Amino acid sequence: MKLSENWLREWANPAINSELLAEQLTMAGLEVESVVPAGANFEQVVVVEVLSVEPHPESDSLKVCQVFDGDNTLQVICGANNVRQGMKSVLARVGARLPDMKIKKAKIRGVESLGMLCSASELKLAESSDGIFELPRDAPTGVSIGEYLKLEDNIIEIDLTPNRGDCLSLAGVAREVSAINNVEFKPVPYKEVAATIEDLFPVELLAPAACPRYVGRIIKGINSDALTPIWMQEKLRRCGLRPISPVVDITNYVMMELGQPMHGFDFDQLEGGIRVRLAEGGEKLALLDQSEIECRSDTLLIADHRKPLALAGIMGGLESSVQSGTRNVFLEAAFFSPIALASMARSYGMHTDSSHRFERGVDPDLQLKAMHRATDLMLQIVGGEAGPVIDVIEQAHMPSVAPIALRYARIERLLGVYVSRDDVVKMLESLNMRIEAVNEDWMVLPPSYRFDINIEADLIEEIGRMVGYDNIPGTLESAHAAMESFSETQIEVNRVRDVLIGQGFYEAVTYSFVAPELQAILDPQQPVLKLSNPISAEMSVMRTMLLPGLVQALQHNLNRQQSRVRLFETGLCFLPGKDGLVQKSHIAGIITGARADEGIHSNTNEVDFYDIKGILESILSLSDRANYRFSKTRNSILHPGQGADLYHGNKLAGFLGALHPSVIAQLQLNQPVFVFEAELASILTAELPKFAELSKYPSIRRDIALTVDQEVPVQSLIDCIHSLKSEILQEVFVFDVYTGKEVRNSRKSVALGLILQDFSRTLVDEDVDKLVSKVLNKLEKQHNAFLRET
Amino acid sequence: MSQPLESLLDNAIQAIEQSDDLMSLEAVRVAFLGKKGEVTARLKGLGQISAAERPVVGQEINRIKLRIQKELEQRKSFISERLIADKLISDTVDVTLPGRHSQSGGLHPVTLTMNRIQKMFSKLGFDIVEGPEVEDEFHNFEALNIPVHHPARAMHDTFYFDDDRLLRTHTSPVQIRVLENQQPPVRIIAPGRVYRCDSDLTHTPMFHQVEGLMIDEQVSFSGLKGTLEHFLKLFFERDDLKTRFRPSYFPFTEPSMEADISCVMCSGSGCRVCGYTGWIEILGCGMVHPEVFRHTGVDSDIYTGYAFGLGVERMAMLRYGVNDLRLFFENDLRFLRQFS
Repeated sequence: MKLSENWLREWANPAINSELLAEQLTMAGLEVESVVPAGANFEQVVVVEVLSVEPHPESDSLKVCQVFDGDNTLQVICGANNVRQGMKSVLARVGARLPDMKIKKAKIRGVESLGMLCSASELKLAESSDGIFELPRDAPTGVSIGEYLKLEDNIIEIDLTPNRGDCLSLAGVAREVSAINNVEFKPVPYKEVAATIEDLFPVELLAPAACPRYVGRIIKGINSDALTPIWMQEKLRRCGLRPISPVVDITNYVMMELGQPMHGFDFDQLEGGIRVRLAEGGEKLALLDQSEIECRSDTLLIADHRKPLALAGIMGGLESSVQSGTRNVFLEAAFFSPIALASMARSYGMHTDSSHRFERGVDPDLQLKAMHRATDLMLQIVGGEAGPVIDVIEQAHMPSVAPIALRYARIERLLGVYVSRDDVVKMLESLNMRIEAVNEDWMVLPPSYRFDINIEADLIEEIGRMVGYDNIPGTLESAHAAMESFSETQIEVNRVRDVLIGQGFYEAVTYSFVAPELQAILDPQQPVLKLSNPISAEMSVMRTMLLPGLVQALQHNLNRQQSRVRLFETGLCFLPGKDGLVQKSHIAGIITGARADEGIHSNTNEVDFYDIKGILESILSLSDRANYRFSKTRNSILHPGQGADLYHGNKLAGFLGALHPSVIAQLQLNQPVFVFEAELASILTAELPKFAELSKYPSIRRDIALTVDQEVPVQSLIDCIHSLKSEILQEVFVFDVYTGKEVRNSRKSVALGLILQDFSRTLVDEDVDKLVSKVLNKLEKQHNAFLRET
Repeated sequence: MSQPLESLLDNAIQAIEQSDDLMSLEAVRVAFLGKKGEVTARLKGLGQISAAERPVVGQEINRIKLRIQKELEQRKSFISERLIADKLISDTVDVTLPGRHSQSGGLHPVTLTMNRIQKMFSKLGFDIVEGPEVEDEFHNFEALNIPVHHPARAMHDTFYFDDDRLLRTHTSPVQIRVLENQQPPVRIIAPGRVYRCDSDLTHTPMFHQVEGLMIDEQVSFSGLKGTLEHFLKLFFERDDLKTRFRPSYFPFTEPSMEADISCVMCSGSGCRVCGYTGWIEILGCGMVHPEVFRHTGVDSDIYTGYAFGLGVERMAMLRYGVNDLRLFFENDLRFLRQFS
């Protein structure tokens, strides 16, 4: 909300400068966004009278004007349509500097021009304007425009929190300023304007819960040629409101001044009487902003006996609006319940000054006051005769303010600062609360406009605000120390991150919502959770895995000359299923390009399957590598010959490998890409280390070189050897795999190392030979593996 | 008698001097001092010399033998030193070339910042908890005293899935989830992703918050203020960091406040980052609203509590000087490398 500082100071004028005033408001919870001058201080820009207007000899659109600036008569050329003899306007003399130009003596199409007649927008007093600035007839010729418009003022913009609807007016902000500074609050004196005619108009409240009070008044015979006085135009402008017409300006002015949104109808368009009612579904209403809406049945309307007139508390209708020829006006000042209007405007895609206020709560005691104030201004500005005030009220539905118990001890308990009893009373009274002492404590009745004060804590906040949050000292919390159990079998995710970083990975953070097409390419079987209001189609489904985000990050980098990429991410994935939505943490990585950045020691070969596998294995070795198994993948997004599924025990825990060439093509990646993804929980579980006896006797290593069919996985050879359950066999490992001309077609050579050791004696050759022949027998039987001839 | 002793010595010294390596030097030693060496032969021949001459000749041979031994030693250490010197030259590397190591990556600045915040509050005894990101109306709004038509709901720009399920708009629902399962005292930190349906220069539809909640019998606004002032100074490692607390509004705290810090870019003198105000809004906080206690069955006559929520990206931007929020989610390696 914007407001004029000068106007504010008419209501409450503390002896502090603008900067301090702004800081004070901010520190009271009325955050000042900006303080800007109401207008530039123009020199050589003065009020002038146009003495004559003659056509320009060389141009149809220009006019040669003689203007009087209080001292001299000057000739200026003007192109505006509205320039006419006798009008008062604004002249920028030669030498004046306007925001966008400097005024020089000029010849325009051969005729001399000593200055420029200005529009309001050229003076930065309006966003746009039609023609030159027309001033009232009584504007004093020769006076500078800054002095005439009292431009020595600031526009203060306040960003109000939704609880402070009471500050959406001059009166509201002034009340705060007066309470903070303990200076007098000087409202415009309340003046009842008596009726001079007897015209009444029936008002029915058919939805009393939503609109329990409606104040109306007929004003007949207004002067439709009247103009809004310049002081009112300027105040409105400084409050961010565009002057429109006297009746609209007056209702806006009262709203800004007191906080009561009002509406003026063209009385001659109204039929029968006012009915405040809910819409019948499908009713259509053309609004002031030229839009037409079809009303839902939950919508509160102001209607007459035949048709809807206005969207209650939000916007008036076009048909019944006050037009330039309107002679008779019906003014409205109503109270709409905040709950009834909440989110109503938004549901129609609208937001107005009026709906903004009603949603946050307008003082239910304000309607009559506002009506008299508006009537007074109407009679002053547009004249006419006012009818009696029509005040219809459904008391049962009016908001009631109940006294709130305030315990003195609770104040220090909650704020942590001592406040004397006297100060509590003074502070609350300065905020117009009524206080009644009850033993040690109080009962407090907040004013009708404070919709935000309902419980004791609200009152304590007010006391805190009045003390000033900056005056409440901060105290340091002491640490809470307690011995806690922590699991040794649960790996911290930060350790996994560290392992990956040690392998050259950078951590990525990608959006949790992705494009459905990308999701479908990478997780084709999995149903997805769709957002009903996504920000864009590319961010419309929740990820079921981390890869889509990593693929996008990869694409981003490949498109920016980063050919070697290693990225990982951890985070929640969202899996809708039969038993509802499962939100599970995953970890995933993606690599492509060289094994290392180019350098004198680097292995810059392209990464392959064993790189990604090694990376995943190094994570698994944090927990317990032996509990995990890899087997040929069934995942269709992976290369069938270079993909593996990861099992933790018997449970599928993840997958890894090369992306399938057709997936690579769909993703337009143009180079091999290797990935892994796993459920975080299943790779973070370790087993408690269990000590095993160390043997005192030496170990023996025996190597065997086998030939076996190419498709036999080495792991199954090792498993086969372990299945002998020999007590002296300590370890089996593979140290060479060879396919080539020395091995028959479709066979491969596999070299295995066996480590043998006994706990009770030194092994002799016989022991070893016996075991090796058992091993060879079993391998031959199960896997058609033979000792390689050398 | 063969050659005189003096010329034998000369021959030996000459041979030693001509030896360029340890092997030829050893050959010289054998030739003169070995079992069949010339000097040894002379010593053996002493028996044939008259008893009168013997002591004199014997002494002379010994003198020569000792002299040769000494020459051999000297030559040996000379050759050894020269060998080392040669090796030093031949083994010299360019020490300015890069070392051999595996190339490390790095954590995302959001993680770095969250880890830092968590570590600080852990020291104060705060436990780290997490909550679901797909939330329900009750935990995200209702239980936090934000009923259906509350204007604050409109300000949250919520992503919805259906009538009840949504993406959490803040980490505050974790407060409710903790209090549903745990009686006070409570000290928790809840870091995580949050979502708002808003995207422009200064807003991304997803960002990170860290929520804090402390509930006990003696928790006050003053403690909240002191804790956060201290935290902000430590976080930015600036003793001169100024903070100010302004009244604000959150439906789930009362009193509520927002904290500003003196701009870390310009130290409060005014710059583009702080909008020339010298202050930067950094977090929201307040005393837990009695309505939140009511929803979670905590007795608000016994317990009071405070809660705060801070934006991780904002903290990271200020700490590292990042000038564009959207960079956090592009995952450009040139950006990520700057934090490793």
